[in-house]
Amino acid sequence: MPANAFNGFTDYGIGLGLRVPHYQHILEKKPVCDWFEIISENFMVDGGRPLEVLDRILEQYRVVQHGVAIYFGSAEKLNREHLKKLKRLVKRTNTPWLSDHLCWGSVDGSYSHDLLPMPYTFASARVTAQKIREARDYLEVPICVENVSSYAEFHASDMTEWEFLSEVVERADCGILLDVNNIYVSSQNHNFDPYDYLNNVPHHRVGQIHIAGHSKYEKYILDTHDHPVLDPVWKMYAHAIKLTGHTATLLEWDDHIPSFDEVHHEALKARKFQKNLSQKVAKAVA
Amino acid sequence: MAKAIFRPLTADWDMQKKSAAGTDMDVVANTFIKPNDRLSAFERLELYNRQYWFRLLDCMYEDYPGLQAVLGGSKFLKLATAYLTRYPSKSFTLRNLGRRLEQFLRDEPEWITPREALAIDITRFEWAQIFAFDEAAKPPVTPDDLLDNKTGRIFLSLQPYICLLELDYAVDEFLIALKNLESGGLRTEASNAMDAAPETKKRRIPLPKKKKIFLAVHRHENTLYHKRLEPEAFAILTAIGKGKDVETACIRAVTASRRKNIDWPAEIKSWFENWSSLGWFCR
Repeated sequence: MPANAFNGFTDYGIGLGLRVPHYQHILEKKPVCDWFEIISENFMVDGGRPLEVLDRILEQYRVVQHGVAIYFGSAEKLNREHLKKLKRLVKRTNTPWLSDHLCWGSVDGSYSHDLLPMPYTFASARVTAQKIREARDYLEVPICVENVSSYAEFHASDMTEWEFLSEVVERADCGILLDVNNIYVSSQNHNFDPYDYLNNVPHHRVGQIHIAGHSKYEKYILDTHDHPVLDPVWKMYAHAIKLTGHTATLLEWDDHIPSFDEVHHEALKARKFQKNLSQKVAKAVA
Repeated sequence: MAKAIFRPLTADWDMQKKSAAGTDMDVVANTFIKPNDRLSAFERLELYNRQYWFRLLDCMYEDYPGLQAVLGGSKFLKLATAYLTRYPSKSFTLRNLGRRLEQFLRDEPEWITPREALAIDITRFEWAQIFAFDEAAKPPVTPDDLLDNKTGRIFLSLQPYICLLELDYAVDEFLIALKNLESGGLRTEASNAMDAAPETKKRRIPLPKKKKIFLAVHRHENTLYHKRLEPEAFAILTAIGKGKDVETACIRAVTASRRKNIDWPAEIKSWFENWSSLGWFCR
């Protein structure tokens, strides 16, 4: 089920996050890359270099938008000004789907610029799903919500994170951007089995997968996006695509960014797992 | 939770032990966050409190290297913390984080004593660069646009991204020297990765001396520039930006000028040629 309603019925393969240190290489060398993911907010500007670069990238590559500031889980209403700018960008990029996080991050109009975990309650699932629907109807593009990595759990929660994610996406009838690294990070921080998470989300709703590196500390793991993907995450990825099928996959590398080739090489390791899966499916069919 | 996250850290980058109301933060954290076998509720909340400040302070350091160099790292950190406490980000983008910094410094000059004027000048200059980098551009004015004019008076608009600054210190030279010392860039892009604590950078550049300058901060072919202007050129552009017609703007600027023996028609012609070639006038 690579192409589904939640990723605009596309089959995008393996992409990379578009980052400033790689601009020159991409624009000059035009390396082969299935697609790029942009952070929407970095291009929701009125002019200048960011949009010039984006337009040049769009001439050559497929681009998908990934946001960090809609905050579906915040108590306040959606920011109309934000959505207007986002829609303008959607028209520019023709993104087949758009993603943002299942989190909150603003209070009374003040922004934390962080992806804060939510209490997993039915009430918050209902409100969040309603906002996802509103955003999708306004933006006129499928939305996938991404599970965040977290460092805190709430007394108020009355379900697991994967139950909450399922509740939200079913109510909103939206897709999932399944971040396998985030599941691993949270599983280590909150002592749950990450495979329970992978096995119990609605797989037909997964429109995209994220993989990334993280950093281990004595008492917790941080989602730093500054390393290659670690083995346990690759293993989870292999399991995830068994459940979801070949799904558009993106490597996030946001800090201590190495050369484009190194990042791309790391991302393309995902192909090995996809090939293994294809061979198993072929054998089973035979 | 938001109150705890937005609350400044201690000097050791820790979460404060007491809430603003004086309650033990251990107690506050335990009311809504579960501890686990490795971290207390306080420690888990502290991760988010730190992350908020690391991310925003890091952005302030990247956007205001000149102000940091003028004040020194420790004073800049206190100022940035006070500013972000009074004016938390109200925008979905960190690009706008410093939008109210100049006003804050004017309202609370104690943070920049004894270099108030210099600190405000450099703040204005650094904000102008952030603004000019990605503010909107409109189609440049063409000869045809001017030919349609039937009033006999020519009105022009300045590109929205142009910032005109009248400053008391040569902060442009200072910032160039600073950037040559440590190659700087624009703000880190937004992402969802965790940040490390911001680093205080030590820079040793002589502070700028008092010297009246007039600057236009602009961009050309999407590269950021700043250009010194003659006082009269600055006055003309300022007047045009405020909606005066070209003739009135020029006459007022020349009349107010203290400079003598200038071939004003030739001077003004060359200015307008230059500004037009840079695309500064728009429809």
